[in-house]
Amino acid sequence: MRIISIMNRVLKELFRDKRTLALMFLAPVLILLLLSFIFNSNSTTDVDIATVSMPSNISANLDNTKHVSVTKYNTKEAAKRALKDDKVDAIIQQKGSNYNLTYANTDSTKTTVVKMAFKNAMTNTTIETLKSKLTVASTALAKVQSQMPNASSSMAQKKQTTVKPKITNHYVYGDSNTGFFDKILPILMGFFVFFFVFLISGMALLKERTSGTLDRLLATPVKRYEIVFGYMASYGILAVIQTIIIVMVTVWLLGIQVVGNIFYVILINLVLALVALAFGILISTFANSEFQMMQFIPILVIPQIFFSGIIPLDSMAGWVKDISYIIPIKYSGDAATRVIMQGGGLSSLGSDFGVLFIFLIILTILNVVGLKRYRKV
Amino acid sequence: MADSIISLKHLVKKFGNQTVLKDINFDVHTSEIVGLIGPSGAGKSTVIKTALGMEVADGGSAKVFNTTMPNRELLANIGYMAQTDALYDDLSGRENLKFFAVMKGLSRKETINEIEHVSKVVDLTDDLDKRVSGYSGGMMRRLSLAIALLGKPKLLILDEPTVGIDPALRRQIWKELQHIRNEVRGILITTHVMDEAELTDKVALLLDGKVMAFDKPDVLKMQYDVDSIENVFLKAEGVL
Ligand SMILES: Nc1ncnc2c1ncn2[C@@H]1O[C@H](COP(=O)(O)OP(=O)(O)O)[C@@H](O)[C@H]1O
Ligand SMILES: [Mg+2]
Repeated sequence: MRIISIMNRVLKELFRDKRTLALMFLAPVLILLLLSFIFNSNSTTDVDIATVSMPSNISANLDNTKHVSVTKYNTKEAAKRALKDDKVDAIIQQKGSNYNLTYANTDSTKTTVVKMAFKNAMTNTTIETLKSKLTVASTALAKVQSQMPNASSSMAQKKQTTVKPKITNHYVYGDSNTGFFDKILPILMGFFVFFFVFLISGMALLKERTSGTLDRLLATPVKRYEIVFGYMASYGILAVIQTIIIVMVTVWLLGIQVVGNIFYVILINLVLALVALAFGILISTFANSEFQMMQFIPILVIPQIFFSGIIPLDSMAGWVKDISYIIPIKYSGDAATRVIMQGGGLSSLGSDFGVLFIFLIILTILNVVGLKRYRKV
Repeated sequence: MADSIISLKHLVKKFGNQTVLKDINFDVHTSEIVGLIGPSGAGKSTVIKTALGMEVADGGSAKVFNTTMPNRELLANIGYMAQTDALYDDLSGRENLKFFAVMKGLSRKETINEIEHVSKVVDLTDDLDKRVSGYSGGMMRRLSLAIALLGKPKLLILDEPTVGIDPALRRQIWKELQHIRNEVRGILITTHVMDEAELTDKVALLLDGKVMAFDKPDVLKMQYDVDSIENVFLKAEGVL
């Protein structure tokens, strides 16, 4: 009863504060839209491709493609150095009848351009070779057919194996799924939820403390956990609404495909919101003013984004990876990525949920116990 | 003698190395209004917070209803009004009252009756549905008092309740407090308005972390050989 009453009160206060409400619901939408424009607009990117021991006809075809220029390198090492120095965006190397493609992939649009260009060049070259081979073959065929009627089928088979080279893709950064915006979206979603719930709930509890309403509340027989749970219930509801808005924007406005169940995405963000809430309440006890609360944002919230997986952690030093294990956004990001990009089911999210719940339980206990500072029982 | 509802014995309270309360002794009984007076910073609010269990005593004992504080369940029988107004600005007066009524554990029916009653006492009936952010300072003070009165608690603890309230309403509130006392309930009230101290049944004079004097206003005036509590106060401080 008290929990529901506290929840109602917090929600009422929130929904009457139009500015805060707009911040929670519209700001993420605005930022997402902006990001999608930024990441999806540069379609006329120019790319440089390094070629190593490539047949000249393919190289020529590549070079003829719009926005693509080709530089020939004699060794793979020289080409790799160029890739590292950002002089070229990709390396194409012929190995026997196969091709090795290495992409810098720091900009996924460039990777796509290279892939398309190479595919086209290959097709064009194949068509050209086919044409010339066909004329050779058909004359040969006519000659052979008169002598050996069974040869034609084996000849055709041989032709097929020669025109199907194997293409291997390597990525210096990320992988084939890396569309940067697609990649950061699940993480960003979590970040928005975390950021706003942390900030607003922290501020709300700070206000409750500095205005004296917390003291007054604690001067009634209310139990400490009832206060914490009341806050959790209200901000849980808020986070669900926020997540639904963000998901709707991403799916319908930005046209991003959610492979898995959207419900899981909402569930993940709900749990994350509760972690953010508990964290915000805890941190607010260390702040004496709203400005001091703001000071925690660059220290405790913004850095989380670096460890969240937006920048692949594989390429980072060991201790950086270790830090990432205590970053809640990493777990929500991992889980949401699995649902949105790979269609992961609930069972595949178990460990991420588990860790988030551990965060949640520890922080909640700390909060309930921490309220003892204001009332000893 | 009536039942003792607050009993403070040799109460000591320190903040860091500042000893705010050195040795506080006094009792509040049912059917009694006890005024705690003292200069600003004397520790009046600290006495109250320790009695409520919001601060833990460093020495001595604070008992309310014969139970050592802090005790959560007992708080249901205490109406507390803090020195700051402590209201939810975005809610209306009625919503504030309703919220605290639930926190105090009143039933739905009690809540409706109580809200009507207490808002009449503090003369807020017509403004109940306005947002508190639009209230004047005096209105906020009255709403804060109304919240403390919710549920007819056996004990009222009021920290400077009449600050910023105009004289006519102040008189009305004191009338209500006397009415509450006559219902066999007890009131502990802090104030620095000296003529209010005259209206109490007993005055506790808080100076230097000690209760320098504790008796009926008339007795104190006689003891100090002055004609007002204000002069008792000044004499105790050594100004007169
Ligand atoms: N939470 C606290 N921490 C440290 N010092 C405090 C705290 N509360 C009160 N004090 C100090 O105790 C003294 C008495 O304060 P208070 O009880 O509010 O006085 P009064 O209500 O009589 O004006 C003041 O010097 C004040 O600075
Ligand atoms: Mg005070």
